[in-house]
Amino acid sequence: MIGLAHYLMLAGLLFAIAVAGIFINRRNVILLLMCIELMLLAVNFNFVAFSRFLGNLDGQVFVFFILTVAAAEAAIGLAILVVLFRQRRSINVEELDAMKG
Amino acid sequence: MLVEILFWSFSAVLTGAALGVILARNPVHSVLFLVLCFFNAAVLWLLIEAEFLAIVLVLVYVGAVMVLFLFVVMMLDVNIEQLREGFARNAPLGAVIAAIMVVELWYVLWVRRLGIELPGATAPLPEGYSNTGEIGAVLYTEYVWPFQLAAFVLLIAIVAAIALTMRQRPGLKVQDVAKQVAVRPQDRVRIVNIPVEREP
Amino acid sequence: MAFGDLCLLIVLAPLAAAVVAGLGGRFIGRAGAHWLCTAGVAVSFAGSAWVLKLMLDGAPVYNEGVYTWGVSDGLHMEVGFLVDRLSALMMTVVTFVSLAVHVYTIGYMKDDPGYQRFFAYISLFTFSMLMLVMSNNFLQLFFGWEAVGLVSYLLIGFWYKRPTAIFANLKAFVVNRIGDFGFIVGIAVIVAYMGSLDYAEVFARIPNAIGHDLYLTPGEPSKVITVICVALFLGAMGKSAQVPLHVWLPDSMEGPTPISALIHAATMVTAGIFMVARMSPLFEMSPDALHFVIVIGATTALFMGLLGLVNNDIKRVVAYSTLSQLGYMTAALGAGAYGAGIFHLTTHAFFKALLFLAAGSVIIAMHHEQDMRRMGGLRKYLPVTYWTCLVGSLALIGFPGLSGFFSKDAIIEAVHLSGREGAGYAYWCLLIGVFVTALYSFRLLFMTFHGRERMDEHTREHLHESPWVVTLPLIALAIPSVAIGWLTVGPVLFGGFFDGAIAHAPDGPLARLGEEWHGPAAFVLHAASSPALWLALAGIVTAWYLYLKRPELPDRIAARFGRLYRLLVNKYYFDWFYENVVASGIRGFGTGLWRRGDETAIDGWLVNGTARAVGALAAVVRHVQTGYLYHYAFAMIIGLSLLLGWLLLRS
Repeated sequence: MIGLAHYLMLAGLLFAIAVAGIFINRRNVILLLMCIELMLLAVNFNFVAFSRFLGNLDGQVFVFFILTVAAAEAAIGLAILVVLFRQRRSINVEELDAMKG
Repeated sequence: MLVEILFWSFSAVLTGAALGVILARNPVHSVLFLVLCFFNAAVLWLLIEAEFLAIVLVLVYVGAVMVLFLFVVMMLDVNIEQLREGFARNAPLGAVIAAIMVVELWYVLWVRRLGIELPGATAPLPEGYSNTGEIGAVLYTEYVWPFQLAAFVLLIAIVAAIALTMRQRPGLKVQDVAKQVAVRPQDRVRIVNIPVEREP
Repeated sequence: MAFGDLCLLIVLAPLAAAVVAGLGGRFIGRAGAHWLCTAGVAVSFAGSAWVLKLMLDGAPVYNEGVYTWGVSDGLHMEVGFLVDRLSALMMTVVTFVSLAVHVYTIGYMKDDPGYQRFFAYISLFTFSMLMLVMSNNFLQLFFGWEAVGLVSYLLIGFWYKRPTAIFANLKAFVVNRIGDFGFIVGIAVIVAYMGSLDYAEVFARIPNAIGHDLYLTPGEPSKVITVICVALFLGAMGKSAQVPLHVWLPDSMEGPTPISALIHAATMVTAGIFMVARMSPLFEMSPDALHFVIVIGATTALFMGLLGLVNNDIKRVVAYSTLSQLGYMTAALGAGAYGAGIFHLTTHAFFKALLFLAAGSVIIAMHHEQDMRRMGGLRKYLPVTYWTCLVGSLALIGFPGLSGFFSKDAIIEAVHLSGREGAGYAYWCLLIGVFVTALYSFRLLFMTFHGRERMDEHTREHLHESPWVVTLPLIALAIPSVAIGWLTVGPVLFGGFFDGAIAHAPDGPLARLGEEWHGPAAFVLHAASSPALWLALAGIVTAWYLYLKRPELPDRIAARFGRLYRLLVNKYYFDWFYENVVASGIRGFGTGLWRRGDETAIDGWLVNGTARAVGALAAVVRHVQTGYLYHYAFAMIIGLSLLLGWLLLRS
């Protein structure tokens, strides 16, 4: 029987893969954004699973809002990326060290 | 039994696709793997009867957001080789961190439990239950203000994205109809009164 | 009008006038300023006189809070009025003298550029003094106390372009700080032991303080009530210029003469006397403190009077006379005859203000010459001034029948009868003081108004009597100087006038004096058999002999007793001691603290050292801040997993 724990475990696995992705692809902004999408998917998984197994619809409504915000975030993030590329002809994160102390 | 088979197989594909996202050499492949991820996730959500969100995930995410990603990836002339430098060097650290997280979660969920009994199965839904209808009922009553706010966030995102990427190129010839309509004769014609010269 | 509203009117009328006159500037003009301020004080005077009449007719004591400023841990901080016969009397005296001085100022300050400022200040002073005397709690008392000190500071330095005036007002301020420190310590101890600021509550809780000891120095207990009284009296010593905190009062003569009359003779300097009388229920509980008070008072009375003998500045002589008379009042307080002290305060307010204003009138006539050696024979030029000054001097030395006679004789008798430790010393000091008083008063009178005319030709040609705004207050003050003693001595001292306002011991000196009281006329006749009168007459005769008959004698005496003369001229070296030992010592200490403590330790080690330490640490730690966002994200993720792991493994 597939229980709540299976879904949570799957979501945790997804999240861990996304974290590993951030570590591995730390130069490429596009991949970083995609890893963030993957993390959000993992979180949404948790919400949906909890909502269904505990019989409360609020979790799904929350996922709806997360999707909205994630879409906005992706749009603005990509817009920034485009501007960045126009300015520097590169999307290498290691060149972005203006905040260095 | 069928549900279990479906769950395990789709989960396997999902995990594999996620690994594909982070390991693929070409960013375009990464995006496509991510699309695959979302499809699998949608199927798994269908399995626990969250139909509305599953469809929204496919329509909105795959249909809009991921296409946007594809656009950007293909549009930008990115030097992939340079970006993949240090891949092998960073991989072990990422793997270790990911492994630690998985082990911790596994430990919490399967070993410790913290005295909480997680539900092992879903409660059966009543006859004629509509997931979409129920979400709609909640969304338009209890969550109506957050819903409006979410619409506003999207609007802001649209405006922001346009504002960020719009640029005026110098030397571009454009026609401004409003200016043409608003023009007045005295702006264009100057009448000069020249006195008649007399014979000396 | 309700009584509370009347009180508010009395207090606020001068304040409003001061604010408008001070800030109105050209809008109200010079005439506007003096009309407004005089009217404000006149309203106050009328109200005060009305209040005094109500009180004499037996109106009940008014004791109400007007406004609660704040409550902290049950401690009420209020603005409130306590109007009984004591405060009603003080209000009337203050506003009457203030009114006279306002009128006088119109003439005295006629050509001064700071005319409006001056009127604003003296009206503000009237407000502050009224707040002080009408207060029903220690906080407001302290407010009034500091406010009169502030106005005094402003007025001593009124001619702020004169370095001497600035020095004098700074001196007055600093010396008063010492007294005020004691005062506020006293209030703090009261709050600590009685838990209230309200007079009535504090007096009701006096038993709380009795029997408790306070360890000011380890191993030496002092009674709490004595600590309170001595600390409060320290404040009175500063404000009422008692030895050794007297040094500021002679220097305060740098200010314009009207304020010398108002503030430094009639009202503010008597605030200390008033305060001690007000606190009489406390002081009655502490004989030790009263011993201290009587000795200080008697010392001031005699030794400050002696200084008046050698000074040649007309205003300073009057100032030393004021110091001496304040000593008399303090001695009366120390003897437990608070009523006599307050009575002398009242009579003194009139005749000393009169003497100051007369001195001012002379100074106007002499074109701001204050040295008596350049005067003489002014009687025929300034008749009104001369006669009023004579009346004031006679009242001051205690000529039988005049106001000063009753108050001063009562004090001397009370001290004699008090039987306190130090009362013998005090009695002799006061008796010799009578002789000294007569001597310096008539020395002033003779040197100024009689004898050879020593001024230069130019000044003599311009000598003439002062305008009516100057002479009118002189006459107005001369009348009470003559009459008020005879009229009020019976009821005020022996008729139970201050019952309820001042606590007198039932077997105190005033009570014993009252047993022999048979009316003012009998008192005057009795004076013939007391040494005080003969000493005063001897003083007059000596002054006549030394300064009219044989004017060359004083210089020879001075030469003969050179060492004593130098001691007096140098004011017992108090100023020298304060300037060269106390002030320079404190300044050296301060410089040391500044160099070592502030610049080296605090600035060098703590402030800059902290900055340097932070800088050094940051130079190391800055390498952590790489500027790469993903480094921060990694730190978060790794930290999160480690934290989670620790939480899991721990339990």
